[in-house]
Amino acid sequence: MTSREKVHRALAHQSGPVPVDFGSTGLTSLHVSCIAGLREHYGLPLHPVKVCEPFQMLGEVEDDLARALGSDCVAASGRGTMFGFANEGWHEWRTPWGQLVLVPEGFRPREDASGDVYLFPEGDTSVPPSGHMPAGGYFFDAIVRQPPLDEDKLNPADNCEEFKLIGPEDIAHWKTEFTRLRGETRAIVGGIGGTGFGDIALVPAAFLKHPKGIRDVSEWYVSLIERRDYIHQVFTYQCEVALKNLAIYAALAGDTVDVLMICGTDFGTQSSQFCSAATFDELYAPYYRQVNDWIHRHTKWKTFKHSCGAVRPLIDRFIDVGFDILNPVQCSAKDMDPVRLKADFGDRLVFWGGGVDTQHTLPFGTPAEVKAQVMERLRAFSPGGGFVFNTIHNIQARTPVANIVAMVDTIREFNGTTP
Amino acid sequence: MPLLTDLSAAVVAGKRADTVRLTQELLATGLSPSAIVEQGLVPGMAVVGALFKRNEIFVPEMLVAARAMKEALKVLEPLLAAAGIKPKYTVIIGTVQGDLHDIGKNLISMMWRGAGFAVVDLGTNVPAERYLAAAQEHQAHIVGLSALLTTTMPAMKETVRILKAAGLRHTKIMIGGAPITQAFADEIGADGYAADAGTAVEVARSLVGEAA
Repeated sequence: MTSREKVHRALAHQSGPVPVDFGSTGLTSLHVSCIAGLREHYGLPLHPVKVCEPFQMLGEVEDDLARALGSDCVAASGRGTMFGFANEGWHEWRTPWGQLVLVPEGFRPREDASGDVYLFPEGDTSVPPSGHMPAGGYFFDAIVRQPPLDEDKLNPADNCEEFKLIGPEDIAHWKTEFTRLRGETRAIVGGIGGTGFGDIALVPAAFLKHPKGIRDVSEWYVSLIERRDYIHQVFTYQCEVALKNLAIYAALAGDTVDVLMICGTDFGTQSSQFCSAATFDELYAPYYRQVNDWIHRHTKWKTFKHSCGAVRPLIDRFIDVGFDILNPVQCSAKDMDPVRLKADFGDRLVFWGGGVDTQHTLPFGTPAEVKAQVMERLRAFSPGGGFVFNTIHNIQARTPVANIVAMVDTIREFNGTTP
Repeated sequence: MPLLTDLSAAVVAGKRADTVRLTQELLATGLSPSAIVEQGLVPGMAVVGALFKRNEIFVPEMLVAARAMKEALKVLEPLLAAAGIKPKYTVIIGTVQGDLHDIGKNLISMMWRGAGFAVVDLGTNVPAERYLAAAQEHQAHIVGLSALLTTTMPAMKETVRILKAAGLRHTKIMIGGAPITQAFADEIGADGYAADAGTAVEVARSLVGEAA
């Protein structure tokens, strides 16, 4: 059975070996420092790791490491990054923690006297920076560049600057990418951007040189209540563009793609939700439904919804609007017990994640504790298929390599594929 | 007084214009600014905290309510300052060094203001020394540390160590944030932990010796 067949069985809710994902999306991957540690552990050639997602500093899971980790999925990667520059023209950069990595040409960091590092939209150092990695940090955060808000002059078009039709350069990129992936035996996870509504990580628009409209995080949340018509107008336009882009992308990808990453909008906190079920129904559901319906009418892809946190009260709604897959399944959040989730939603939803806690167990536990939790999650989520193993969100910097290896070994032990 | 009840209700509903208008009407009746805070705004924010804790309202509603409270406070604070009235308790808050996340920290800050505390917000990426200096300068009753990242939990541990080592006799340390648990609070010697912005007020009141 190929990796792709394993994933297909899981997506079809059929029993079989548990497929694994490390690195197919910017939400299911590893920090660049962990990649280097794993390459060393597995005795793979050592060279500067590519930072394929500069915002979270995620590293590339090359094919040899993917094999070592037992990953059954691979990304059909987009051309751009969170900072608006393309993932091309690689050069070396020494990170603040001393690791030599490869970064794209547009990655032009500026370091201040205190050791804080700044990145710029489209790599343009003549405009204010849009990303900030504090001294001692391992990731960038978006710098909020909120222009003064004049209530009377607010224009939804200002929050739509980023939603554009796929252009010739992207089309050429996708053609190359799908050619590269032809004959791939792993499941392919794609994504086109612009299909997630109200993703708070994207609101500050680190990719725009001069963001306009509502770009402050708190102001955006307030707008969900006080400026709902404005948000509807943004989502309506975004959805129109997304549907056109899906048609363009589908014509290029066809059946090459198995899963499409739709949305990274977080609806859960540790103990609650970011909005009521009524708000989800009124504000988000109509647009998600249009996107999922289009995909299911025109393709064989399964749709992938990411939301951290305690989203149990919204899971029925995620299913109702057409999502096939939920990630990262944050079992440590309120009412997210894996056994209950599987019992209540497991026949209608694929859990892509939930494998181990990246807030506590994986970074701070012992290998034995990691093994115990991974085994518990495999037993909870795997019966009857509907489960793709992944950690709960990306593996964070400073996570011990021994713990990651314990996780990988445990999956192999469970699947009966220990060498 | 019905106007005070209306003010509390306007805070809960997040009606900014109404909180300002009702505050001005209450002042016109001769009620003192501190009474308006204690009997109008604080009870309103207490309801907000309770609703949030019960998952009956969410982050957006809480932000809108806090803004409504802040508009009313803008009217009252100059009058309170002129009368030399200071809040009974002062709290310091900030996100620990290496961490730039502030939504949770800001929510707690708003809830503490709404509970009648004086809040000194140090912002994000705050080194231990700045917490310590602020705690000493303001004779803080509580220092609140926030962290979102697992990678900055060690900075939280180190900050608690430095604050404890400084021997601040009247200052309690409270921590919170997505990866933070009561067990971690116990492990690093923090005096209090709050899982959410609603609970943060109860824990803070308890730490300063007031009934929650």
